[in-house]
Amino acid sequence: MDFRLTPEQESFRNEVRAWVKQNLPKEWTSRVISGPDVPRVEAYKFLREWQKRLFDAGFIGLTWPKEYGGRGLTFMEEFILHEEMALAKAPPVLNILGIAMAGPTIIAYGTEEQKKRYLAKILSCEEIWCQGYSEPNAGSDLASLQCRAIRDGNDFRVTGQKVWTSIAQAADWMMLLARTDPDAPKHKGITYFLLDMHSPGVSVRPLRQITGDAEFNEVFFENVSVPAANVLGGINKGWEVGITTLMYERLALGFGLQVRLRIALDALVGLAQRTKTNGDVATKDPIVRQKLAQLWIDTEAFKYTGARAITKLLKGEMPGAEASTGKIWWCETHQRLQDIAMELQGPYHQLMAGTDWAVDQGLWQYTYLRSRANSVEGGTTEIQKNIIGERVLGLPKG
Amino acid sequence: MDFGFNQEQEMLRATARKFLENECPSTFVRKMMDDPAGVTPDFWQKLAEQGWLGLIYPEAFGGVGLGFVDLSVLMEEMGRVVVPGPYFSTVLLGGLAIQEAGSESQKKEWLTKISGGSAKVTLALTEPNARWDAAGVTLRAREARGGFTLSGTKLFVHDAHTADALVVAARTANGASPEDGVSLFLVPKDARGLEVKLLPTMDQTRKLCEVTLKDVGVGSDALVGEKGKGWQPLARVVDRATVALCAEMCGGAQKILEMTTEYAKIRIAFGKPIGAYQGVKHRAADMLVDVENAKSITYYAAWAVDEQVAEAPLAVSMAKAYVSDAYRKVAAAGLQLHGGIGFTWEHDLHLYFKRAKGSEFTFGDATYHRERVAQLINL
Repeated sequence: MDFRLTPEQESFRNEVRAWVKQNLPKEWTSRVISGPDVPRVEAYKFLREWQKRLFDAGFIGLTWPKEYGGRGLTFMEEFILHEEMALAKAPPVLNILGIAMAGPTIIAYGTEEQKKRYLAKILSCEEIWCQGYSEPNAGSDLASLQCRAIRDGNDFRVTGQKVWTSIAQAADWMMLLARTDPDAPKHKGITYFLLDMHSPGVSVRPLRQITGDAEFNEVFFENVSVPAANVLGGINKGWEVGITTLMYERLALGFGLQVRLRIALDALVGLAQRTKTNGDVATKDPIVRQKLAQLWIDTEAFKYTGARAITKLLKGEMPGAEASTGKIWWCETHQRLQDIAMELQGPYHQLMAGTDWAVDQGLWQYTYLRSRANSVEGGTTEIQKNIIGERVLGLPKG
Repeated sequence: MDFGFNQEQEMLRATARKFLENECPSTFVRKMMDDPAGVTPDFWQKLAEQGWLGLIYPEAFGGVGLGFVDLSVLMEEMGRVVVPGPYFSTVLLGGLAIQEAGSESQKKEWLTKISGGSAKVTLALTEPNARWDAAGVTLRAREARGGFTLSGTKLFVHDAHTADALVVAARTANGASPEDGVSLFLVPKDARGLEVKLLPTMDQTRKLCEVTLKDVGVGSDALVGEKGKGWQPLARVVDRATVALCAEMCGGAQKILEMTTEYAKIRIAFGKPIGAYQGVKHRAADMLVDVENAKSITYYAAWAVDEQVAEAPLAVSMAKAYVSDAYRKVAAAGLQLHGGIGFTWEHDLHLYFKRAKGSEFTFGDATYHRERVAQLINL
């Protein structure tokens, strides 16, 4: 057991640190706080440029093979990178679905042609990806999805609907799960397609969320033509491919989640230190101290549990039970953090952006509302607990 | 970064698991619960033969010279079987205090004896005021006739009734801060004026005593470390012992999770194993989350005290805060998911449940350690 970095890792850390110091955009750092932001719609353009700069500097796709635009490094460097970005309160990466899900899945299942065609542009943010999994009647029970793809010569014709599709309004490509064999058992008739979002027949309708933003969308397909060459991993093999994507999502997003939690916690401590409750600084209140200390502990626990999983990956082993807990833990901790941010503000918590009275320009009000989605998106907490119960603990299915 | 155990540590785990399964089944634990001594000479000697009584002491003093990451592996395994007896008090309290503060000759004498199994030493720190900080040390030691006279009461002292000697924390002066003026004394069990009373405890596998000192006279050679400067080494002892305790607690929590999962697979209700119901399944998942996080944060603390990184005290308090809550919650969930059978004396769950409760408050509960975390992160 050793938490110290090797000289090479140390020098990588310094490389990242120096670059971030030089290149962190002023328009980002000048904001009052850098909260735990997910990409917001009005920031898409700015974030696209930010990712491009990260890519040009060699800080995107660290673990991807060199021939596809990556750097062929290990998860350790990825871990260091994320930690440094957190310390610097750097902006989020816009094409996160491409980097965390589409890319690794294409690397795992794609043909050489597909890898050459898609991977580098994911990293450079030239092509943004969204995920076409959920449907109005297929959320937690994803395998019951109904969006149809029917063979038509060298193409497939796609008709149906997806929903809760983040970033679809800016996306160039979609990871699409569609039903190609309605007569097969539900897991066996699904195919994974790489769908061009600019194809005729694709329409995107933004969905307004409780935050007021429209960061996710409904996507409709009307007889959309997709070349058979855009099937990933084989016809009717989509369930297996799609599950791989979700596995990568949980793993790779883990790095990002740790960063977001740490940034949010630092921001919250900052808020507490300049907030007065009952005439005195909030951090002198024993109850506030207890709550903040617990968040600190829970954030650190999240990091170390992640570090155990990474260690296994670095040794070429499959992560065990420790890798399954991250998503649940993160949601619980982050939502509690946002609750405390509201509590600290007292009656001010009611004020949204648009008045000088709002605390920190109303950013916390947005992040508080946004955090409610954490335990739903990417697999609900209830589904995650089923997965732990059944696949990790070996309990029988219900 | 390597956040895993090496091959030797995995071997230690396997050896310890096998040994403890054979030598310390719950029938043995229950016998020791009723036995005032809490341990048999035979079992103690076997621990010595394994090298575990001197695991963390230098080889020069009969030890194995391993660290707290190694020790954590052993403690986890001991926690799995709710090991009874004075291992914790001798190796991690009395012995460690001598290692941290003692002179070369004290170390040579006592650590060698402890490692070989021929002596047990405990630490008398806490008092009826039940404080964990330096201000809690009020037992007086007055200088007299080239030595010291000790008077006062110590409470919650582990295994004092079977110890050959006690390291007693006493106040030799009221300094500028409570940390000043604390001194450590090595007091033999047969010292005149020393009275030890075994107390009835909820966790019968851990024996706690009241120790009364009435004008107990000791020579100046009884001082362990420098006069008035005892708190600093003591704080290191407490931090290290706390890490070991956390590891033991993790082992217990892991075992409860396994017992509960197995039970949920075989217990049938309404025609199905209860583990198929989400009410049970989700609670088991919550237990797993707690157990895994508890391990992660404990392993980190063990590494931090081994390497003496600046963050070590913070790491220790983070671990104790997390693990104190986690073990209590996991034990309670285990009891609940076992239903009525878990509430019987016959079932082993209550051994863990009670150990969880006792450990929760040993060296400070979660509330105490959260406040310490708050201080250490400069809130």
